[in-house]
Amino acid sequence: MTAASSGVAALDPAARDALAELLLSVADDEFVIGFWDSEWTGIAPMLEEDVATSSIAQDEIGHARALYELLAELTEDDADRIAFGREVADYRHAALLNHARGDWAFSVARRYLYETADAVRLTALASSAHDGLAALAGKMRREETYHMLHADAWVRRLADGDGRDRFAAAVVALWADAQEVFAPLESGDRLVRDRWLPQPMTELHAAWVARVRPILEPIAGDLQALEPRTDGRRRRTDDFSWLHGEFTRVSGSEAGALW
Amino acid sequence: MVIEARPGREERVWAELAQIPDPEIPAISVVDLGVIGGVTFEDDQIHVKLLPTFVGCPAIDVMRHDITERLGALDLADSVVVDVTFDPPWTSDRISDHGRERLRLSGFAPPAPMPPGPVGLIGIDDLATMPVAECPYCGSSDTTLDNPFGPTLCRAIYHCSACRQPFEQFKRV
Repeated sequence: MTAASSGVAALDPAARDALAELLLSVADDEFVIGFWDSEWTGIAPMLEEDVATSSIAQDEIGHARALYELLAELTEDDADRIAFGREVADYRHAALLNHARGDWAFSVARRYLYETADAVRLTALASSAHDGLAALAGKMRREETYHMLHADAWVRRLADGDGRDRFAAAVVALWADAQEVFAPLESGDRLVRDRWLPQPMTELHAAWVARVRPILEPIAGDLQALEPRTDGRRRRTDDFSWLHGEFTRVSGSEAGALW
Repeated sequence: MVIEARPGREERVWAELAQIPDPEIPAISVVDLGVIGGVTFEDDQIHVKLLPTFVGCPAIDVMRHDITERLGALDLADSVVVDVTFDPPWTSDRISDHGRERLRLSGFAPPAPMPPGPVGLIGIDDLATMPVAECPYCGSSDTTLDNPFGPTLCRAIYHCSACRQPFEQFKRV
């Protein structure tokens, strides 16, 4: 893909910064959840899940790579540098992805909250005015269907079994931070006006809440109506600092190394 | 720069591409897999559009390398450019009939056709509507999905109740 084919060659700096903010937020979400998922490789509760979480992790990191490449093309940067060359404070994933993987029920709860939010967002991005992003979002959505299936199946399994209480507790613990997938972006108005993001975050947030509440409330009890916060993509935790140390270990061992 | 029409040049490129195996399932060529979105000649360069089966497919770089090397050796142009794109998206419906047969012969169930209409969100109730895969060994449809995730991103794991064999399916996507 070239800059010309994406229709972003002649952007003024403000428009470019707005688009960069959007791309980075989605890319960092996919990147960080991909690394948390990969923490289950080798130790998932059963062999099928070892394969499934590893495969999902590979998908998410692949999505992040494609998004970082779009961003790198826009800002004349390098995708690997963006992925692995930033300090903890410079990542822009939603607060939902700040938590360590926890137990299996916690991971399933987080994955369900994230997958449903991501599905709403991808549907909007599939009609973005950015041709490259729209095509990528459309393609990602086809793959995410399998992730959604997987998350749905596990929610149903946990809700009907011994894991119900642990799953319910995880949903309650993660509910506030889950809103932050839809945290307002600084350039939010402009992104909507230029149709890079065809619907405002507030609308996407409302659509997501309407979708997950009827599924989750019978299991987890009443879930508070909360608005995403402006710092929803800027809060960082010790859990994430630890993960950052893990995923930058190889790239940090020798600057510029290829592998 | 305008290039003189050289009849047969495009056919030679396609014929060469048809000899390049998919790195993960070598029984099928990149053409039969449907990942070649088009071939054009521009300014003494061959441009090949490559449509990844999955966004995160680690075989993309291998395919890019193989295509560049094999087409370069044909000596039809100064250079070969492989453009990776998601527009149009690769879908499992792009696998040719010949490719589906080759998959079956190597023990993979070919993907069921995509349902008509746009790709939408999927819910719990759709679980039961996952397509049945036909066992590539005995042809039985008495099969169950063991895991929608398999040894590579594009493969799912099934079990055949008739011949009691596990087998893989190239995912419908």
